Amino acid sequence: MDPHQYIAERHAWRRYWPTLAILWSLIAAVSLWSASAYSIEEVDAAASASDIKIESLAVPAAATALAESESVSESAPAAPLDFSAAVQALNAANFSAKEQAINTLAALGDERTRAVLRALADGNLQYRKSDDKVVIVTEAADGYRLTDPLTDSDLGNVDKRDVKKISINNQLRIVLREAIARLSLSSQRVDVRLTAVEELTGNLDEAGVALLESARINESDEDVIAAMDTALALPKLTAGDSAVQLQAIEDLQGSLLPVVRNQLTALADSSTADTAVRAAATRAIAGIQGELQFYALTETIFFGLSLGSVLLLAGIGLAITFGVMGVINMAHGELIMLGAYTTYLVQQAMPQYLEYSMLVAVPAAFLVSGLFGIAIERGVIRFLYGRPLETLLATFGISLVLQQLVRTAISAQNVTVANPDWMSGSWQINAALSLTYNRLYIVIFTLVIFGALLLLLKKSSLGLHVRAVAQNRPMARAMGIRTEWVDALTFGLGSGIAGVAGVALSQLTNVGPNMGQSYIIDSFMVVVFGGVGNLWGTLVGAFSLGVANKFLEPYSGAVLAKILVLVFIILFIQKRPRGLFPQQGRGAEN
Amino acid sequence: MKTIVKPRKLSLVLAATLFVGSTLAQAAETIKVGVLHSLSGTMAISETTLKDTVLMLVDEQNKKGGLLGKQLEAVVVDPASNWPLFAEKARELIAKEKVAVTFGCWTSVSRKSALPVFEELNGLLFYPVQYEGEESSKNVFYTGAAPNQQAIPAVDYLMNDLSVKRWVLAGTDYVYPRTTNKILEAYLKAKGVAPEDIMINYTPFGHSDWQSIVSDIKKFGSAGKKTAVVSTINGDANVPFYKELGNQGISAESIPVVAFSVGEEELSGIDTKPLVGHLAAWNYFMSVDAPANDAFIKQWQTFIKNPKRVTNDPMEAHVIGFNMWVKAVEKAGTTDTDAVEKAMIGLEVPNMTGGIAKMLPNHHLTKPVLIGEIQEDGQFEVVWKTDGLVPGDAWSDYLEGSKDIEADWVTLKCGNYNTKTKKCSGQNYE
Repeated sequence: MDPHQYIAERHAWRRYWPTLAILWSLIAAVSLWSASAYSIEEVDAAASASDIKIESLAVPAAATALAESESVSESAPAAPLDFSAAVQALNAANFSAKEQAINTLAALGDERTRAVLRALADGNLQYRKSDDKVVIVTEAADGYRLTDPLTDSDLGNVDKRDVKKISINNQLRIVLREAIARLSLSSQRVDVRLTAVEELTGNLDEAGVALLESARINESDEDVIAAMDTALALPKLTAGDSAVQLQAIEDLQGSLLPVVRNQLTALADSSTADTAVRAAATRAIAGIQGELQFYALTETIFFGLSLGSVLLLAGIGLAITFGVMGVINMAHGELIMLGAYTTYLVQQAMPQYLEYSMLVAVPAAFLVSGLFGIAIERGVIRFLYGRPLETLLATFGISLVLQQLVRTAISAQNVTVANPDWMSGSWQINAALSLTYNRLYIVIFTLVIFGALLLLLKKSSLGLHVRAVAQNRPMARAMGIRTEWVDALTFGLGSGIAGVAGVALSQLTNVGPNMGQSYIIDSFMVVVFGGVGNLWGTLVGAFSLGVANKFLEPYSGAVLAKILVLVFIILFIQKRPRGLFPQQGRGAEN
Repeated sequence: MKTIVKPRKLSLVLAATLFVGSTLAQAAETIKVGVLHSLSGTMAISETTLKDTVLMLVDEQNKKGGLLGKQLEAVVVDPASNWPLFAEKARELIAKEKVAVTFGCWTSVSRKSALPVFEELNGLLFYPVQYEGEESSKNVFYTGAAPNQQAIPAVDYLMNDLSVKRWVLAGTDYVYPRTTNKILEAYLKAKGVAPEDIMINYTPFGHSDWQSIVSDIKKFGSAGKKTAVVSTINGDANVPFYKELGNQGISAESIPVVAFSVGEEELSGIDTKPLVGHLAAWNYFMSVDAPANDAFIKQWQTFIKNPKRVTNDPMEAHVIGFNMWVKAVEKAGTTDTDAVEKAMIGLEVPNMTGGIAKMLPNHHLTKPVLIGEIQEDGQFEVVWKTDGLVPGDAWSDYLEGSKDIEADWVTLKCGNYNTKTKKCSGQNYE
């Protein structure tokens, strides 16, 4: 490398922009990737939803579409009086009358019943205020499109205020779920049938058993058959015949459903059952318990990794500004907050594209927080290099200024950042283990950001210069590096990463002017624990603190777990003042 | 030359003198009303609305011609969700601003912090939020619910109507949840609930990482007995809590959550879809169909210039408290603390749900108890209510040491009278 070339070039800093551009495009690529992953996941979610409620909440559009398509495919016979009267009775004044109407409808066995009950469960069954007629509504451009539940004919569009929802309560929801499940056993869709069987598992009466057995004969899907076998084996546990009971225990071996475990436990403890049956039940429970413990451990580790990823996100920007540059930046938390507010503003600006708001928010937050960071560095911090106490005070002041700025400009109250659908709900792996999507995405997102940052520092010219300046400032300067610009860009980079962290945190927690303060302690804790100036140390530090915290929590409670972790760090720092992975070599001396 | 003062100039001077005179007179004759609510920090989500409510009430009273021939003037301070600051700001209001009355506080820890100041300087505080009881001060009127007006009826509802057998008591780690859960635990055990069927959990203010706690609740609830969560989680920690419940697939039908600190205002800040069917126990809901309530909602939305703003229970408590204070001042003919305190007891004003709120000798109110299910629009559908009004009980009948204690500021003149030892401890709070 020819140093003169750098000295001659007045605007050497421009060289770094391509690097930053690469970083941005990397971030954008990640966002795109997660978006495409979402479309796959959503199909997954729809396919594996184990619960009608969740299904109807997460993908209401799909649910209504389904209800519609099925009601279209059914040929409506001449309306018997009972059906229309029962539908009208759903709009009763009290819940017990409504419950009666639901039971009447379910008993009638009319083919239109399912669509009506489904609409009631989803809040789409409403009544017209003008004549109290019960109708099914679907969202239209300006209000609702009304459909007659009796004839399935279109009743035209109305304003939302012209109809009122038929309210239901928890008791009715339970009744509805069961009624819909019974009616859904003959659905065209595998996932709907599976959900229905799972819904019926554990509360089958004799009629239900007969219904399920007849459905079992026509069933072709293996998963549904397996679920049906479990559901049918459960009532047999309480049969008087010990041979039947033993067979049922055999069939239920390895099922992780809580209801199976509870009934087996009841059987093992029951005094009337045969000794052999009780022994078999006890063995089956032991097997199930072992498996459950494994999944509980997996879940705790996931929770720990998720907490760790939040710590890492909060700390990684600080690892650069504090770790590499040695600036104690008390306003780091506020840069995170600015990122979260950027997400909020992006969502406000594009309300109809909520699903894609994250794609825009990530680069926007990087830019906003990065620019604020550069402004802070150019405006304040550069005059204070080498004076840590003054830097600490000045940046603390800046943090207060930023908080007040947000309070004045937006609101002192928390703002609502919506979760896109692909970040809601959970990935149901089996009955004992499910991972929530928002946490899962954030763990992945954090690792990608970490990888990108590592790549940037190790492989790009900006990274080379950053490391050079961090190791030996006078020598780097002598080699022609414009250290001032490197400082500004490094600080901007660290701040920008903090902003990106804010986008992710806005999906987990409240966004308000004070949110930064709750992360500043955690950030410093992670960086100091991991070893100042070492990104890998930050990674290991964050994840080990997260996992340790989550393992402590069940025993000590959330409050004490946090205290214990802090005490541990204090003791650890006494023993190893430079953290887990201290910087080595001559550069570490100062 | 004669100096003639032109008539126009004269009238101008006259008008100016009159104006100055009248403003001076007015300034000297306002009655100051203190507002001690956090406008920033973790409690701002709940308390800012209460500040606006008091401003609306003061404004309305002034339009009616003020009080005792004087105008009311609201003095607003911001204790910033910082508990010790409540004491400082209370001192500022009473000693420096010389307010006649203060409406304020949300969390019990803030009330406990400000209470000694009100007692020392003989101020008057109207506290509008449901709380844990175990307190009755001469200087405080508790217009929110005592535990027997909220927590106990809610648990009764879960136990009798939903046949709940297993209980999770989850709360924020401070005085209100801890005392309430202590009372509830004693109550549940008295009702024959086994200790292993009760799980108690505390989290810090503003807690955001709910994944392991929600997962624990899920496991606790999968033991085959009907399980419910009684939540005394306060402030903005509720948002990530309900989000996590929704994400982990805990629906209201499987494990209902009954909350004591989540009302319409808190719900207006969140996506309510995952919450539908969860419960809240209050003494007022915006959805209650009563003429007084309709008028109140209309007045509020006009005042705040937003037809979408919601009303909630603590707002109703402030309205009742304010109306009572106005009546008491009119009855006493003065704003003097002791005279007003005497005049307050026994006063009756209509509440917003069609009943009557009466101030009892223990400084608590009579209230109806309502249980509502959260609907998709962020409102509550009332699913259960008490037959009549429940009188507030300052000292719980279910706690050892507290069940013998009575508060009565008329005959006993004591907030902490032990019926066994026949002594007034002289200490008004624990």
